[in-house]
Amino acid sequence: MKIDPQCRYTKSHEWARKEDDLIVIGITDYAQQTLSDIVYVELPEEGDEITKGEAFGVVESVKAASDIYAPVSGEVVAVNEKLEDEPELVNSDPFGEGWLIKVRPDDAGEMDELLTPEDYEKVVAEEEAH
Amino acid sequence: MVFVPHTEEERQAMLKAIGVEKMDDLFYDVPARYRYPTLGLEAPLTEMEVLEELRELSEANLNAYRTPTFLGAGIYRHWVPAVVDYVLSRGEFYTAYTPYQAEISQGTLTAIFEYQSLICDLTGMEVANASHYDGATAAAEAVIQAYNVFRGKRKKVVLAPTLHPHYREVIRTYTQGMGLEIVGDEALEKPLEEVVEMVDEQTFAFIVQTPNFFGEIEPLEGLADEVHTRGKKALLAVAVNPISLGLLKPPGEYGADIVFGDGQPLGLGLNFGGPTLGFYATKMRYVHQMAGRIVGETKDVEGKRGFVLTLTSREQHIRRHRATSNICSNQGIMTLAATVYLSALGKDGLRKVALANYHKAHYAAERIAALPGYTVVADKPFFNEFVVECPAPVAEINDFLLNEWDYEIIGGYDLSRDYPHLARHMLVAVTEMNGRDEIDDFVEALRAFADYHQVEVEA
Amino acid sequence: MTEPLIFELSIPGRKGVRLPELDVPESELPADLLRDDLPLPEVSEVDVVRHYLRLSQLNYAVDKGIYPLGSCTMKYNPKINEVAARLPGFVGIHPLQDELTVQGALYLMYHLQEQLKAISGFDAISLQPAAGAHGELTGVLIMRKYHLDRGETQRDTMLIPDSAHGTNPASTSMSGLRVVEIPSDARGNVDLEAMKAYMNERLIGIMITNPNTLGLFDENLEAICQMVHEAGGLVYGDGANMNALMGIMRPAEIGIDVMHFNLHKTFSTPHGGGGPGSGPVGVVAKLADFLPAPIVVKEVDAEEEAEEEAPLYTFYDPPKSIGRVKSFWGHFSVMIKAYTYIRMLGDEGVRRAAEYAVLNANYLLSRIRDVYPLPYDRICKHEFVVEGRFEDAPGVRALDIAKRLIDYGVHPPTNYFPLIVHEALMIEPTETESKQEVDRYADILLKIAEEAKTDPDLLHEAPHNAPVRRLDEVYAARQKILRYRRDQQ
Repeated sequence: MKIDPQCRYTKSHEWARKEDDLIVIGITDYAQQTLSDIVYVELPEEGDEITKGEAFGVVESVKAASDIYAPVSGEVVAVNEKLEDEPELVNSDPFGEGWLIKVRPDDAGEMDELLTPEDYEKVVAEEEAH
Repeated sequence: MVFVPHTEEERQAMLKAIGVEKMDDLFYDVPARYRYPTLGLEAPLTEMEVLEELRELSEANLNAYRTPTFLGAGIYRHWVPAVVDYVLSRGEFYTAYTPYQAEISQGTLTAIFEYQSLICDLTGMEVANASHYDGATAAAEAVIQAYNVFRGKRKKVVLAPTLHPHYREVIRTYTQGMGLEIVGDEALEKPLEEVVEMVDEQTFAFIVQTPNFFGEIEPLEGLADEVHTRGKKALLAVAVNPISLGLLKPPGEYGADIVFGDGQPLGLGLNFGGPTLGFYATKMRYVHQMAGRIVGETKDVEGKRGFVLTLTSREQHIRRHRATSNICSNQGIMTLAATVYLSALGKDGLRKVALANYHKAHYAAERIAALPGYTVVADKPFFNEFVVECPAPVAEINDFLLNEWDYEIIGGYDLSRDYPHLARHMLVAVTEMNGRDEIDDFVEALRAFADYHQVEVEA
Repeated sequence: MTEPLIFELSIPGRKGVRLPELDVPESELPADLLRDDLPLPEVSEVDVVRHYLRLSQLNYAVDKGIYPLGSCTMKYNPKINEVAARLPGFVGIHPLQDELTVQGALYLMYHLQEQLKAISGFDAISLQPAAGAHGELTGVLIMRKYHLDRGETQRDTMLIPDSAHGTNPASTSMSGLRVVEIPSDARGNVDLEAMKAYMNERLIGIMITNPNTLGLFDENLEAICQMVHEAGGLVYGDGANMNALMGIMRPAEIGIDVMHFNLHKTFSTPHGGGGPGSGPVGVVAKLADFLPAPIVVKEVDAEEEAEEEAPLYTFYDPPKSIGRVKSFWGHFSVMIKAYTYIRMLGDEGVRRAAEYAVLNANYLLSRIRDVYPLPYDRICKHEFVVEGRFEDAPGVRALDIAKRLIDYGVHPPTNYFPLIVHEALMIEPTETESKQEVDRYADILLKIAEEAKTDPDLLHEAPHNAPVRRLDEVYAARQKILRYRRDQQ
């Protein structure tokens, strides 16, 4: 299982990564493995506001639909349109081509409140123990 | 014991295996003061007796298949080929459940896949679901789908006043907790071109029916563009009579975004109005916002073609409170009827049915129009139903046709029940089932009523 | 499976069912409105019969054998039901005919309402809802409107146990209300403590399935009803599991305010490969005015009048109705079947059906309980939930067991529901299965448990003896081949 050292994380298995003054958001490698084959991703539209801790989208496998929670608050400035036809990118490259949205954060400081890669690794280890 | 096969010895053995003494012990957890109420149902009957009772009840009804009938308004008398009921009577089809175990449900799944394909072909659309309960609930689901296409950001939907009154009512029932603005049918006499003007950038959908409730074929040419432009991509949803599509250009070819309707004319009896089925089709890009079950093609581990329920993560059993519809059942066996009907008639047969409906309705309209006191109100072309302005309230005429004429005739629908401005207006339906002699007699009876009415008025 | 699609049997120019020659003069057609092509199959009647007969043979069905799909009540569908529903005087009536010409139909509907009232204890019934979920939506809208009518517009919260069917939360959301999930306690009952926090002025009510989806009678039911009523809320009963309770207990008496029935489960009407169902809704007196319009009433005065004068049975629109929920009057032909069934059972038969449904379930459980883990060990009602996993066969899952059952020529139970039991197998044999059929099923389950240990691949790769092998659902969801396309195939 991969954990990208460049990212910060949430307990609900989203990642966030700074890219200039924007923040890129996706779901983690652990999340995509748990969900198994992803067949559809429902994302917000450009211009939508998302709020930290609230659901902004849904990832669907053939047997499950899971909410995706916003790691930070802000305005959606880009969505990964490739996922419309190739949702499997979230499985094959969750930290890269399988990114979900880009956000202009309301408060860049919110990034610091997220889990570090080391802390996230512990969260995953704990879940796997169950 | 009716339908319970156990012998007394078996019962005892089973109770013993469970480790209880008597049947009552299995219900220890039902609070004693509520346990074993006296229901007061009527004394049970055997099969022989119950059928006698039911036969009597059924014969107390006037059978519209054996009576000249000109009643439509959403439910139509059509010929149902014998092969339809033959297939529907197969226990393998009608005693199966929803095809959750795909490997042993390929019969049902294949038939639904064929049904979806037939509906797409008929409507000119890209994708269809496995059906809704009826045309009215399909209308409500169309409104909800369009609302969800705009993610709930728009709240306004415009309904043509000529949309079936039950459809308009069910749309309102379904959405009463959603805070929508439902407009368009406040003034029931407003012409369609003026209603379309109500579509604006806050509107998520315009819902129209063709042939409309009055049987008129609405001009769909350019309508999709107008709705898309005025409403900045607002959706056009079109309700349609499926038999008319044997003849008429399908809404899909005019750019409709959703096409739906009641499938009753496709091989289903009258059955006092139910069960029927609500067919539903849309564009592929909206498939994830469409409610209801969908069957898709796939392959098994050996590469063999098979069919499964697919895109199920849209549905309530997975999405739960996030689901956009709670629908679970489809109209299973009714969709099978429609599939067999469309296959058995086929390309040539459905066109012939549609033509027969068209020509017979026009013949009837022409003859009625020639009667003194009656006017056929038809501003637009019509299919198998048309409006007649009568010399007296429709209820009176229908009473005359049913009770005073030489024999019973079931007259058309009294439009004043839903459209107060249309007092004395009768909606007359004519299908392939109305023979020429039946139509001629109906015309004669209407003439006789007018004469008789004239006498009454003079007296 | 080698059966082609009907489209693949099509031969250009072949014709099916013929229609009579036109007996009226032709009128002019609106040329600009006509379609160019009607791409329907071109097949003969024989082609149609053989194709659909062959397709039917690829299905499993109750008429073939035990179908213990939990929560679905796949009991035998009496054949007299089908005969009754096909009587010409029922098939041949138009819903808008004069009421005087359909008194037989209205009599039947009225008396079905009365039968359901007798069985449930409710004061009023609407037969209009088309299916269980449709009845739920109806019931939730009634609850909402009741509170609004009393001016309690702030009420917006519906409590739903975590073991509930997905339709419960979905119906609530559709009605614009907020869903709060309530956990189950260690005995499988609704957790009373967890409910307490929501007993306030925002409460709409609770939706409760009893027996619940674990097949257990909720031991807190009476307390739940009391608690919710004290907070001003209403109790919705999901009637999906009524087969365990008819003749045993009337839901209205214990405190349920509104409930849907599933005629296609409890009252033996066939499931039709997915429908049509029928989901009548029963309510206590204070909710009767909100039922969907119309319902059938009996005009007491008319009884003495001459037959032809005024109809005895008529449609009536409740004054505060939520509105109609479908076109016309409901699934009439399904009502005929349920009426026929109840008419044949009477008080005694109805109670026996429930008793033997519960007997069969507990007996089957007693046969397999030492082998299949049982998360909630109690006397069950009409169904029970075990886990489809074994400590000494770690790779085997509920899905594998389900698919292996197919090889033995029986239908698998519901699996992966309720969500609160991992690897759930939810088994409902129903009362119409004989001891021999239940024993056969138990024997197969035990044999599969053995196989799980000795030859797990046999399970992983199952089914081996079915029209198709295990199907690729991911491929289906990603490829989205949802219709036949002439150009591509």
